[in-house]
Formats: sequence, C-alpha cells, structure tokens
Amino acid sequence: MLSVSGLTKKFEGLTVMEGFNLTVRRGGFTTLIGPSGCGKSTFFDVLTGVFSRDSGRISWLGEDVPDLMGRVAYMQQKDLLLPWFSLIDNAMLPVKIAGSDENDSREKTIALFERLGLDGFEDYTPQKVSGGMRQRCALVRTLMFEHELVLLDEPLSSIDAITRRSLQGLLLLLQSEFNKTILMITHDIDEALLMSDELLVLTPMPMRVRERFVLDMPKPGRSGNPELLKIKEHVLEELEGDFDGTI
Amino acid sequence: MERSNWISLLIVLAVIAAWEFACGWFSIPDFILPAPSEILKTTVFKASLLLPHAGVTALEIIMGIFLSLLVAVPLATVMFACPSVERALSPFLVTSQAVPVFALAPLLVIWLGYGLSSKVLMAAIIIFFPITVSLLEGYKNCDREYAVFFDLMGAGFWKKMRLLYWPWALPYFFSGLKVGVTVATIGAVIGEWVGAQKGLGYLMIQANARLQVSLVFAAILCLSVMGLAMWVFVGFLEKRVIYWK
Repeated sequence: MLSVSGLTKKFEGLTVMEGFNLTVRRGGFTTLIGPSGCGKSTFFDVLTGVFSRDSGRISWLGEDVPDLMGRVAYMQQKDLLLPWFSLIDNAMLPVKIAGSDENDSREKTIALFERLGLDGFEDYTPQKVSGGMRQRCALVRTLMFEHELVLLDEPLSSIDAITRRSLQGLLLLLQSEFNKTILMITHDIDEALLMSDELLVLTPMPMRVRERFVLDMPKPGRSGNPELLKIKEHVLEELEGDFDGTI
Repeated sequence: MERSNWISLLIVLAVIAAWEFACGWFSIPDFILPAPSEILKTTVFKASLLLPHAGVTALEIIMGIFLSLLVAVPLATVMFACPSVERALSPFLVTSQAVPVFALAPLLVIWLGYGLSSKVLMAAIIIFFPITVSLLEGYKNCDREYAVFFDLMGAGFWKKMRLLYWPWALPYFFSGLKVGVTVATIGAVIGEWVGAQKGLGYLMIQANARLQVSLVFAAILCLSVMGLAMWVFVGFLEKRVIYWK
C-alpha cells in the first residue's frame, strides 16, 4: 500500500499542498483529477523526490521512505524515448540501468512487443514510427521496470482519440496481468472513469482531496454505465465551477 | 549538386579566371603574384618536394587533434559533473583564448625543440577550446525531463553519461571538432614558421626567402586541401556516428 500523510510543499510563499493525504491500495488503480495548475504534477515530483517536501510522510508497503526515486515505474505524456536507441533498446532501458542480464530480458521484451502489437518493429528507431507506437514502446519500458508501483502522468494525452482507446486497454493490463499498483493523473474524466478503481477529485491550489469515488464495477465494459455518467456530470460541474471561479 | 553549390563553384572559378587574366594582362612577375596556372604547374611538378612536407604537417595536425581530444573530453566531462570545477576553470579557459597562440609559438619551440612535439602542442592548444566548450554546452543542453527520468530509474552519473548525456552532446561535439580541424592548420604552420626542419610552414619560409612565390602558393594550396579534407572527413564521421539525425 502507498500511503502519503500530511504532505506540504510551498514555493516561495505559494502553498501548492498543505497536509495532503492519500492512500493507494496495493494492486489498485487510483486516479487523480483536478483543475489545471492545482499541483498534481508537483505532487508526483514531490513523491519521486524531484522536489523536496517541506513536511509529511511517504510510506510504501508499510515502510517509511524518503521518496519513491528508484522505487517506481513512471510513464508520462512525453514518451521520452531516446532517438539513438532502437525501440527494443529503449524498452530495455530499465534493464540496462539496473545492470541485469540483457539476454534474459530481451526474450521478455520481445514477448511484450508481440503482445502490444510492436513485433517486427524491434529494430526501428523511435523517429520512424507513429506516436501511438512510441507510446506503446514506452508502456513496454514501464513494464520492464521491476517495480510494483507505477505512476502515470497523463500518459495518453498526446495521443489521438482512436489510438487512445486501444492504449487504455493496454494500460489496464498493467493492473490485471502484471499486478501493478497504479496512481494516475489525468485531465480526461472518461479515461479516469473507464480505468480506475478509485477516483479522487482535487481542489485548486492548495491541493486537497475534494471528493472520493469508489468505482467497483467490472472493467472493461463500463462505457455507458448510468452510475458512471452521473459521476461524470457531477465531477465536470465541480471542475467547471473551479474554472469559472478562476476567471 | 544543389543550386547554392553551383553558385559557390561559379564564384571560385570567376575569381581564378580574373586572377589568371590579370596576371597576363598586367604582366605581373611570378615572384610577386604567380598566375593560378603557374601555381598548379608548380604543385604538380614539385609534388615530390611538397608531399613529404605535407605529410609532416598532416601528422602534426592529426596528433594535435588526438592530444586535444584526450584533454578536452575528460575536462568537459569533469566540468559538467562538478559545477564548482567549471566555475573555477572557466576564467582560465577564457583567458587562455585571450592569449594569442602566435605569441606562445617561440616559447614552445624553446621548451620542446624543433621537432614534432612543439607543433603538435600548438595545434592542440588551438583545437582544444572549441571542442571543450561545445561538448560542455552539449551536456548542459540535455532536456531536463530526460535527466529526471533517468534519476527515477535509479541511474548513476556514469550510466547517465554513457546512455544519455554523451549521445545527446555528440552533435555539439562534432560542431566543435569541425571548427577545431579547420583552424588546426594555423597552429601547426605557425609552429613550423618559428622553428622547424620539416613541414609546409618550414617550406613556405624557405621558398619565401628565395622568392619562389609559386611554391609558397603551392604550399598554401596543399594546406587548404588538407583543411578541407579533414572538414569533409569529420562531416562524414558525424553522419555515421549520429545516425539518428
């Protein structure tokens, strides 16, 4: 279980979050949604140790940790593939960095490439394939991390709508087949409702959890669920209210 | 060939033609300004004299390039790894460029003698600065998001250097190297002017004293061809190494 309590972060007098609390169940899929600029990405930066925190505790699997750097798999909007490596070498980057046996991992990577429809493109460089394929490669790379906890920072926001649908299904594999614990940031309420077990709606800065929804209906097959449509309407009203308030 | 290349070629041909014409029209003696045809003739007929000297100068330049790489690459890397070292060394680096390298030539000949080493060092001093500065700039230009991503993967500095910073900085490195190899001839030739027993610079001084101006021009032609050849070679190497661009 990931537990965050009393997290506070200020930048030169600007309070991004104060006493922020969060719990993510082991094996769960929790999504954070909130107005633009509410501090979601800063929260990930504080979690991963990119920024230091002013106060608060972070614990993972019952153990207090200074931050999650080196303990977490991370995927974001930008695929961050290296143009000088082939797709397969990009996907194996976590293995290269960990110094593990690349021959063993290569077979696993090739199997994942087949699973995600990238077979035959192993030796292509990223600039020669489409955005959707690049993001699938980034997903394979995320799976090659030996870490159970995965942070997803708007991983599909730069992808077109059709490709996004198929990639959402692939992201769900992280949880269902690879038993990862997932914490995701998104701006897309539909994506959040389709994929999450738990949805946390955040307030504008200073960020705190405004509302929590437990989504226990089966995945996939949620689209059109009347209960989810109600939640969607409700959340959109709240977020639009924040937007009006900022003008 | 692209249109711009045709224009460059036409300009060069026009200048050579005007030069050739002017030498004949004004009857300029060869010991003042030889015609291009005379320079070409001298280059061909004196090839057996020019080539051994050109070989020595080329060797000095190539050794100078390797020597400067041996110093510039580790220095830029250390300066990038330790900002305090960069802050401490930057003033010295800039000052080293403010000192005219021509002023150092007589001292280097006194210290290192008339042989290869003083010329190699002269060439290395000239090449060293653009390579160091370009490489350091390349390291610093690495996108922060990539660096943070590598940190999240638990990568140490040397893994980041090998897998991220060095490939990222390679285009900058090659830009510096291209500048370096084109100016390297200056270092070697000035070293040879001050004191040498071989090399194109030495040959130029000897020919100049005997008013063999066409031989001086032939040596200049050889130096230009050498500089151009090295620039083309580095460009070729750049395309092979940076295959993703």
